Amino acid sequence: MPLTVIDYIAALPQIFLLGMICVLLMLAVFVKNGRDELLHYGSLGILGALAIITGELLRGHSIIAFNGMLIQDAMGDVLMLFAYAITAAIFVYARGYLKDRNLLSGEFYVLTLLALLGAMIVIQGYNLITLYMGVELMALSLYTLVALSREDARASEAAMKFFILGAISSGTLLFGMSLIYGLTGTLNIGILGAKLAATPAPGLGVWIGLGFVVVSMAFELGAVPFHMWVPDVYEGAPSSMAIFVGSVPKLAGFAFFIRLLAEGLGDLHGGWLWLLTALAVGSLFIGAVVAIAQTNIKRMLAYSTINHAGFILLGILAGTAEGYRAAMFYVIAYVIMFAGAFGIIMLLSRVGFDVENIEDLRGLNERSPWFALVMLMIMFSMAGVPPFLGFFAKVEVIKAVLDINMIWLAVFAVAMAVIAAFYYLRIIRLMYFDRADPDAPGIIAAPDFKLLLSVNGLVVLGLGIFPGGLLALSKAVIGF
Amino acid sequence: MPYLSLVIWIPVLGGLAVFAAARIPKLDVRWVALFFAVLVFGLSIPLYTGFDIHTAAMQFTEKLPWIPVYHVNYFLGVDGIAMPFILLTTFTTVLVVLAGWKVIQYRLGQYLAAFLIMEGLMNGVFASLNAMLFYLFWEAMLIPMFLIIGIWGGPRRIYAAIKFFLYTFIGSVLMLVAFIWLYLHSGSFNIIDFSYLHIAPTAQILLFLAFFMAFAVKVPMVPVHTWLPDAHVEAPTGGSVILAALLLKMGAYGFLRFSLPVTPWASMRLQWLMIGLSLVAIIYIGLVALMQKDMKKLIAYSSITQMGFVTLGFFTVFMIWANTHSLDAGRLAIEGGLVQMISHGLISGALFLCVGVLYDRMHTRAIDEYGGVINTMPKFGYFFLFFALANAGLPFTSGFVGEFMVTLGVFHANFWIAALAAVALITAASYSLWLVKRVIFGKVANDRVAALKVMSPREILILALLVLPTLLIGIYPEIILRVMHASVTHLLLQVVPAAMG
Repeated sequence: MPLTVIDYIAALPQIFLLGMICVLLMLAVFVKNGRDELLHYGSLGILGALAIITGELLRGHSIIAFNGMLIQDAMGDVLMLFAYAITAAIFVYARGYLKDRNLLSGEFYVLTLLALLGAMIVIQGYNLITLYMGVELMALSLYTLVALSREDARASEAAMKFFILGAISSGTLLFGMSLIYGLTGTLNIGILGAKLAATPAPGLGVWIGLGFVVVSMAFELGAVPFHMWVPDVYEGAPSSMAIFVGSVPKLAGFAFFIRLLAEGLGDLHGGWLWLLTALAVGSLFIGAVVAIAQTNIKRMLAYSTINHAGFILLGILAGTAEGYRAAMFYVIAYVIMFAGAFGIIMLLSRVGFDVENIEDLRGLNERSPWFALVMLMIMFSMAGVPPFLGFFAKVEVIKAVLDINMIWLAVFAVAMAVIAAFYYLRIIRLMYFDRADPDAPGIIAAPDFKLLLSVNGLVVLGLGIFPGGLLALSKAVIGF
Repeated sequence: MPYLSLVIWIPVLGGLAVFAAARIPKLDVRWVALFFAVLVFGLSIPLYTGFDIHTAAMQFTEKLPWIPVYHVNYFLGVDGIAMPFILLTTFTTVLVVLAGWKVIQYRLGQYLAAFLIMEGLMNGVFASLNAMLFYLFWEAMLIPMFLIIGIWGGPRRIYAAIKFFLYTFIGSVLMLVAFIWLYLHSGSFNIIDFSYLHIAPTAQILLFLAFFMAFAVKVPMVPVHTWLPDAHVEAPTGGSVILAALLLKMGAYGFLRFSLPVTPWASMRLQWLMIGLSLVAIIYIGLVALMQKDMKKLIAYSSITQMGFVTLGFFTVFMIWANTHSLDAGRLAIEGGLVQMISHGLISGALFLCVGVLYDRMHTRAIDEYGGVINTMPKFGYFFLFFALANAGLPFTSGFVGEFMVTLGVFHANFWIAALAAVALITAASYSLWLVKRVIFGKVANDRVAALKVMSPREILILALLVLPTLLIGIYPEIILRVMHASVTHLLLQVVPAAMG
């Protein structure tokens, strides 16, 4: 079928972003070192334009474009809008941090935007090949981002680990996809779903393919037992890169699950339900228990991510529209909280000093009562205490799990949430109950950084008190 | 006027205002906080004066859509069971603000802000008619309390704060699972709708246990009471007062609001568990209280025994009904429990404030470092004696009314249970009077006691404010019983037939 203008419009955000990345890359060559305003505000402008384009395209029905390679639907558009917002926030958070470390260069912006492009392709992918391409584009950009700090041995080590494990994951993904393709004869998600629905009992090969695909997706999300890269990458990578690794790819990972499992392999729910349950149970447990032993705040947040991945999986494994909505709500809530937590880390880092240990937050309430309060809200939100955003996220996924009558899993999940609460409380304890080091330096940050971080904290509170809008949004965009 | 919303949100806004105002130099935030506390107390009075005692229906209701997708409403209202506790909350907060007047030096603005915010959240717990809203307030309240214990507490404050938080959190999350289960089966988070649901026996038992976890930790009942002595001892005076006077009441309130109406059958089947644990609390913890060397710990343990009376009264109603087939005896037990809750709120709060008065002067709570305080602080001695006697159930004080009503009600259930409960009256008298003897009476123990300064007018005012309601309820209990009759009768008519089938 020949392509029409509709096809190009459906992919307009990606096409636009790709073009702009090329422009930015050229620009970066000619911009002198230290003159980063153009790159910074240019990148923010690109994201703003993307938001306008996607917002214009956002409508109720979905369009399948490029002969079934891409889908443009409301869920994808909303996820992309959140991805733009988070990326923009990361640019603001990262600017001062990278400047202090002489890392602020065109490459940072280009690679981050390329990773975003990969995430966008995953979010709109409707074909196994498209999904794979998106995942690879995102992953390769992320490896490079992590390694951007060339002189830092730990960053290189993290990038190496990330790359090797990621390569294995890509291998399993490709292997699983080729099995599914070989046995069903299609790469298109929609046709795949229809074919499986028509087949009463899919063969063993399809199940094996499913297993391989799930392994790779679990890697993407950082679910146990494919989580080992998460703490190492968070710890080794500069905070400004780790914040991206932990946020936008999760939005894409969620879409990946929905596209492939819910839409494509929805008929195999009986099989992947148990795979995902095992992954969720492991992630909840390891994420809660191992984090207690961490003294490095970035590693702790990594285990917190793993714990959250378990909760996101709870929503997906339910296999119901409510469950997918709950998972979407959760992933959005997680990304907002996570960005805020890393924002605090970058706020407290300064030239020659990186916040590494949770001890570095000691007495923050004395140094800055307001940002201590912001961190308090984020920590309680992550622990799932109302009236913060994370509470409703947990309520939603637990509701989804109870709805399919897995009461034991719901009880297990909340029990793990209580264990996880302990390490969030420890952060609050350090900030509030311990006195600050008397010669701790004042907190210096750009006004836009401070403003954005405050807004980030207030969003966690505001969406916690009035979650209706975000709930309604996730209900509106996932309607199957 | 939306009084319930006002008593919830004005303190919260006041707290934020105090938090922000703490940065303004030369502004005394204590007056700002006191202004808000008194204002809110004033706003809560119409809840009593405007209360219609002839109906069991929810009053002062407010209903607004909150999360429309799930039909969750911002639904407030009080009946005769909840309303007195809002008054108790607003009243206690005024005292707590006064109690911290001279004592708190470190981050005073944050201290007062935490108490004001907590006041609003506690009022929210008592006023919520929507389970999601209830849970939101119930959990959010942990945050200021956690900070109060942890920031302004004693030497082991960090341990106590984290223990407090995790204990209550683990109980609460199970309640949350129960709420969501009920929502999925009733299609609504409305608390009143929950009680009209017909729930299968096994599910009732599981729900009851989930509720039990949440409420028993808060009450606290044996064996999940161990957080309380730690939290009480380490908390600053104001924190102890709020813990004893209000937080514990929420657990008992939860039993009445959820366990009995939603899972009546399971409540009856498991009454042996509740009665047994209540008796253990009354007798065993009473003996434990006798052994304490720390004044605050003694009062903390005494709180557990006093709350044992409350749960005993609540869960003997099925036996009472089986024996008497009359509502009056059952009402006696439940209303006795409610009066006991309010009375304990006043008396234990007063006792903690008394300990605070001593602690501010001598910086120790060890009983054996005191002795003969009445010689140097005569007025204080009388106050302390009065509240200790009230704690032991002296007639004409509120302490007597509650214990007497519960014991009388329980006699209709089973003679031996009542006899065991009555033993507690002796232990209560023992530990209270022995405490008075060792601290207040006798010769002046040491130079530090001899050097004690007499009470300031502020301290006298705080304690005098507590003497009044203690006597008032003791002499004329009908003043609070009248608002309870209709609601308690309604509760019994709903619960007992549902449980008996």
